[in-house]
Amino acid sequence: MNTTQLDIKSVFQQNAEFSSRGIPLPTENIDTDQIIPARFLKATSREGFGENLFRDWRYKNGDANSPNENFVLNNSSFSGKILVAGKNFGCGSSREHAAWALKDYGFEVIISSFFADIFKNNALNNFLLPIQLSPSFVGRLLEEIASDPTMDIGVDLEAQLVKFKAYSESFEINPYKKMCLQKGLDDIEYLLSIKDEIAAFEKDKNK
Amino acid sequence: MSSKTLFDKIWENHVVKEIPNGPTVFYIDRHLIHEVTSPQAFAGLNKRGIKVARPQKVLATADHNVPTLNQHLPIKDVLSRKQVAMLEKNCEEHQIDLYGLGHENQGIVHVIGPELGMTQPGMTIVCGDSHTSTHGAFGTIAFGIGTSEVEMVLATQCLLQNKPKQMRINIEGELEEGVSSKDIILHIISKISASGATGYFVEYAGSAIRALSMEARMTICNMSIEMGARGGLIAPDEVTFNYLKGKEFAQQADDFDKAVVEWMELYSEKDASFDEEIHIHAKDIEPMITYGTNPGMGMNINKNVPTFEGGTTAERENWEQALSYMGIKEGELLLGKKLDYIFIGSCTNSRIEDLRKVAEIVKGKHKAENVTVWVVPGSQKVQKQAIAEGLDKIFEEAGFMLRQPGCSACLAMNEDKIPPGKLCLSTSNRNFEGRQGPRARTMLVSPMTAAAAAITGEITDVRRFLALYN
Repeated sequence: MNTTQLDIKSVFQQNAEFSSRGIPLPTENIDTDQIIPARFLKATSREGFGENLFRDWRYKNGDANSPNENFVLNNSSFSGKILVAGKNFGCGSSREHAAWALKDYGFEVIISSFFADIFKNNALNNFLLPIQLSPSFVGRLLEEIASDPTMDIGVDLEAQLVKFKAYSESFEINPYKKMCLQKGLDDIEYLLSIKDEIAAFEKDKNK
Repeated sequence: MSSKTLFDKIWENHVVKEIPNGPTVFYIDRHLIHEVTSPQAFAGLNKRGIKVARPQKVLATADHNVPTLNQHLPIKDVLSRKQVAMLEKNCEEHQIDLYGLGHENQGIVHVIGPELGMTQPGMTIVCGDSHTSTHGAFGTIAFGIGTSEVEMVLATQCLLQNKPKQMRINIEGELEEGVSSKDIILHIISKISASGATGYFVEYAGSAIRALSMEARMTICNMSIEMGARGGLIAPDEVTFNYLKGKEFAQQADDFDKAVVEWMELYSEKDASFDEEIHIHAKDIEPMITYGTNPGMGMNINKNVPTFEGGTTAERENWEQALSYMGIKEGELLLGKKLDYIFIGSCTNSRIEDLRKVAEIVKGKHKAENVTVWVVPGSQKVQKQAIAEGLDKIFEEAGFMLRQPGCSACLAMNEDKIPPGKLCLSTSNRNFEGRQGPRARTMLVSPMTAAAAAITGEITDVRRFLALYN
């Protein structure tokens, strides 16, 4: 397929496998208004949204100088590039800013037992890998991170497998999107490469 | 050949090609854009050194981030002003029609498309906004997309899509007085949850749907996303055709009649099969209200807040967090609860019919002292019509504030924010934490319920209100 590289990087382009510590956020139905509240959508570029990621959970009374110690991103015991979240992650608004904010903050992978559709597409288009696993596996993963925050979680995109300690589970991914992540490819260049076919389709449709 | 659904028919008409082991190249007829989710897409085009492929298929408006007072003055907020100016610049550079602030066609993107007759049966419509599902009311495949996809459509008029699963929700029978289409959709979401239709496109069918006006159908399709569905759609019929006839962008004269003949083919065939089918009796639907922090947490307005049963520890914690945020308790009766704000607006309920229903209920009455009431029309056209019908006078006498068109306090991106801790009864679509402003608390209801509550100042069963005053 005739495609090109984006500015954003896919961590899976160089490495088939990726491992990192995980940050647990078991809250369910995390909507994109929580990930990035609407009042921070006024920027006209893609950069810098990480600063306001989970803004209203991260800070007390919206004040960036008073972090909420109870929120996991402010807990120094936890770090890493994998967010492990409760079910129905990314529901609500279609704002891609949510994916930009997570990626900009440093996340490469989001694990949940269920994702909202539009968020999933937005994440994949930014090489942020959403991995859907069984509720029991995600539950165990959350428990293990809580008891050992230094534990590494392995993500093997080629084998479509997530591993930690003695546990592993496979995940589904659209083969086309998998290839995009592995090669750092972009849908738009592909679509541009078939523009004659699109024009022919239009001509036929308007008959 | 198996029988086709309405969705199948429209889908098949828009497949440019199938990529082996990959998604479908899917053609888009109409692309709506606004100031918030488009600037990065245009920046992408500029970087690639390409122009918009089909500017005549794109329509722009400014709605998400515009003030709803003094729209004739420059926008005060610097960032908002810049975002709107950027939209103007991009539209000019790429020859896209823009209905910006001050234009007679400006308004919420999902209100103006239909009212101008741009939204037509059988089309595929996208917009960088999840409530694009609204347009499905006309028998279209319409869904929200992210900004990378906005760029894709601007660049090629196509998207890469996988065909979703299909669900049909049938609602049979007649609605009771005081119950509206907003209650239908809140009822459905409360039954199947905020994620119950994820992965599906939903067709709404049945005699209760057929009996609805276009405005009411739009309210239902609008909130399809609140149960996770990419979109919802309703087969076009006489109600649809009559609505479109004579609209600015609709076909005229013979061309319109020809179009109607084609549109009449758009329905799910008798034996068409769905991955999931749900049946609901209209008589079981009562005025609804949400009590939690996602649209699935809804109930009949005269019921007590449910008690959490079963579920995992995480589910219980989420439930408790939602109730604690809302400041309510399990088993609490919400009727009679004092309110601070009433918001009547948003792409869900800001059309002329919504405003008429509100006006009908509040005519000759005055709002309660404890509430601030904002009415934000969905478009300049709606506002103009409301004034022509004298609704503005009714609102003024009732102590309501009639503002100018925009998304306003539905997402509180502009200055229209519900203050921290305040409780707002809202005709919008999302009751998420902080959606209407940091720490604001939102309960979703129909315009009729909102109108009754504006007068009493507390959560009110509109049926009882109507019985009392009529």
